[in-house]
Amino acid sequence: MQLNMQIGMDKNTLVLPSFLRLVMSVLLLSVLWIGSVSAGPVETFKFKDEATKLRFQILSKELRCPKCQNQNLADSNAKIAVDLRKNLYNLLQEGKTDQEIIDFMVYRYGDFVLYRPQLKKQTYILWFGPIVVILGFALSVIFVLRKRSKGKANELALSSKEQANLDDILNKK
Amino acid sequence: MKSIIRFIPLILFVLLGVLLYRGLFLNPQAMPSAMIGKPLPDFSLPMLKATEKQVGRDDLKGNIVLLNVWATWCIQCKYEHPYLLNISRNPRVKLYGLNFTDELSSAMRWLKQYDDPYVFSIFDEQGALGLDIGVFGAPETFVIDHTGIIRKRFAGPINDMVWKKEFLPLIETIEAEMVQGAS
Repeated sequence: MQLNMQIGMDKNTLVLPSFLRLVMSVLLLSVLWIGSVSAGPVETFKFKDEATKLRFQILSKELRCPKCQNQNLADSNAKIAVDLRKNLYNLLQEGKTDQEIIDFMVYRYGDFVLYRPQLKKQTYILWFGPIVVILGFALSVIFVLRKRSKGKANELALSSKEQANLDDILNKK
Repeated sequence: MKSIIRFIPLILFVLLGVLLYRGLFLNPQAMPSAMIGKPLPDFSLPMLKATEKQVGRDDLKGNIVLLNVWATWCIQCKYEHPYLLNISRNPRVKLYGLNFTDELSSAMRWLKQYDDPYVFSIFDEQGALGLDIGVFGAPETFVIDHTGIIRKRFAGPINDMVWKKEFLPLIETIEAEMVQGAS
């Protein structure tokens, strides 16, 4: 720390030997690197190809950790999430399709493991509820506006008595 | 007609209020197991106290089987252990253990130190059976009926209150079914 400050203050007077500068920058970089690694779950999986790796990443984000209310498998460090990631890896290496893996998880852990609910009778309200609500609002807005403009048109129109009066005035002239 | 329309916001508010008020008292941890109503999957795993011996589904003998998932890394398992010893003396059920992703030596030490409430424990080092029955932690206790169907999964430690509220009614139901099936 003291050394750093000195460098900052007396740039002209203090010249660090270049090898020392190199050592320092390497040290600094390594510190940064350690920080970034310890942030996420540490596991190393070796995939047979890039496509499988990508599928692993997508599936571990789509699947929810059963124990931890709102984290996906990729995010969580819970024991169960670690186990399930390992399992997901094994299933992928065995060549299972995405749907087979999802069915495997749902059979054991229920719909809770899916962040994207499946389309079935119990989930119709989830999938179509918002559309129905929006349509309902849109229809009622149209309905009200129509009624209002009609009402205004009626107000502007003359009643038969007024029309007769108007005709009288016009005819007199 | 117009007066009804005027009350629509109030009605919506009340409905939403009821919904959210109910939500205040729901326990998000209490999740139904997807395995309820499904048969216990078959397995072949070593017995904890005699790892050279493989056990399977058919070795879980008894009319009403309780399968208790435990591990030495699980603190709540220690809490429920005395009550499990209690259950092991209950003739209405047979209590089996599923030692879940644990180390053999520490599991053996545990049983020696605190006594063994189980008929036997299955040694599931990789969590294979645990995965097949949707275990997501320990302790968990499964109730399996006389036909081999999983009837209940209880997550959390068992104590006297839990036993009376969660387990006894189901045990009575299964016993009644057994009598019906026999006659």
